[in-house]
Amino acid sequence: MGAEANPLSGPLSAVARSRIPGATGISNLKRLSGGASQETWSFDVATADGLVPLILRRAPGGARDARATAVPLETEAHLIRLAEKADVPVPTVRHVLAPEDGLGHGFIMDRIAGETIARKILRDDEFAAARPKLARQCGEILARLHRVDMAALPPLRTSPARSEIKQYLETYKAHGHPHPVFELAFRWLQDNAPPEATAHTLVHGDFRHGNLMIGPDGVRAVLDWELAHIGDPMEDLGWICVNSWRFGNIDQPVGGFGAREDMFAGYEAAGGIKVDPARVKFWEVLGTLKWGVMCTIMVTAFKSGTDRSVERATIGRRSSETEVDLLRLLAPRG
Amino acid sequence: MQDQPTAAELVEAVAEFIRNHAMPQLQGHTAFHARVAANALDIVKRELEIAPAANAGEEARLKALLDREGTLEDLNRELCARIESGAIGLETPGLTDHLWATTLTKLAIDQPNYSGYKRAVEEGR
Repeated sequence: MGAEANPLSGPLSAVARSRIPGATGISNLKRLSGGASQETWSFDVATADGLVPLILRRAPGGARDARATAVPLETEAHLIRLAEKADVPVPTVRHVLAPEDGLGHGFIMDRIAGETIARKILRDDEFAAARPKLARQCGEILARLHRVDMAALPPLRTSPARSEIKQYLETYKAHGHPHPVFELAFRWLQDNAPPEATAHTLVHGDFRHGNLMIGPDGVRAVLDWELAHIGDPMEDLGWICVNSWRFGNIDQPVGGFGAREDMFAGYEAAGGIKVDPARVKFWEVLGTLKWGVMCTIMVTAFKSGTDRSVERATIGRRSSETEVDLLRLLAPRG
Repeated sequence: MQDQPTAAELVEAVAEFIRNHAMPQLQGHTAFHARVAANALDIVKRELEIAPAANAGEEARLKALLDREGTLEDLNRELCARIESGAIGLETPGLTDHLWATTLTKLAIDQPNYSGYKRAVEEGR
């Protein structure tokens, strides 16, 4: 679809001319991804100094993300700006959409060059020099992210361990199919939940491949802040260690590219609290279970007819991957 | 008794057709979905071959573990309820052996190339 034929093109061009200094128009508008309630668009703004590559994230027609845990796009933009001030690598937010912009809810940010696809980052030669540095970098970035000033945060849900467990237990029970390994994991998590007393911080909530823009020099930007909340900072360190995000590199626990010790060292060196590996393991178990529950509930959309794609159908058969990972964590053999 | 070829052989033939003949003619998203469809048929083929004996074994283990009769689904629901209540746990003799056997069978059908499965098989040797 050409930019001329796209109904977004006119309003977006007007927004760019009024909000981006020196902008004369837009080009190369194309949809990158998105579900029913959220869209990501790539476009370039023409200026006297050349093209400025940008991204529009928006929910059309005032639509809000249906997931109860996702933050509004205005909040996401606010968090990205706070993270930038805390020296977390993020795309600079250029403009938060206002009602008079006629584009719904959303914001415009810089488009950072790089790769988010795990298999390329973990296999391609161009990232070979970056890979050994990534685990430590992730630790450093998370330490800075967790030090974002709590007093400056927009309203966010607070979700410590016990409420995360409760939320996913309810989701699993509503689905109805029996998973004895999930029951065992829920029981273990309830019996091993860390004490509440720890200081809460901003938590990214989805810090893993797909949401990390990576170049040959390392992590360039942390994306997709929609699952951000207030909670235990160790949640982010555990989530990136879930085996599902190692993409086959099982012996490199951090995202398939590095060692836990490197991430922990980077975290502590950049001002993070002293890492308790047992606490991180707790969040890895919970993260593995969360992904397993998410895979099983995908079946609901398939069976109800909402999404009859083969892709949706088969993801239900990936929940067993998390069951083997949970057993290796909770009842290792050999 | 049904005639030849077996259900597993028919499914295998369709998966081969998709991979070797249909996919090369397709592009983009449709080609991707054709690959996913062939993978789904592989799951069906493995389930046809593996599940009958594996389900019988699972049922026998559950009856022994729970000391009751029932369908495979009833028994699994009962096991879930007893784990949730704490009546059965990691320390219960036979539980982890049962869960390992059941889970490894699921993976042998669903995703035999999954890293966690391959590692678990090595660790069990």
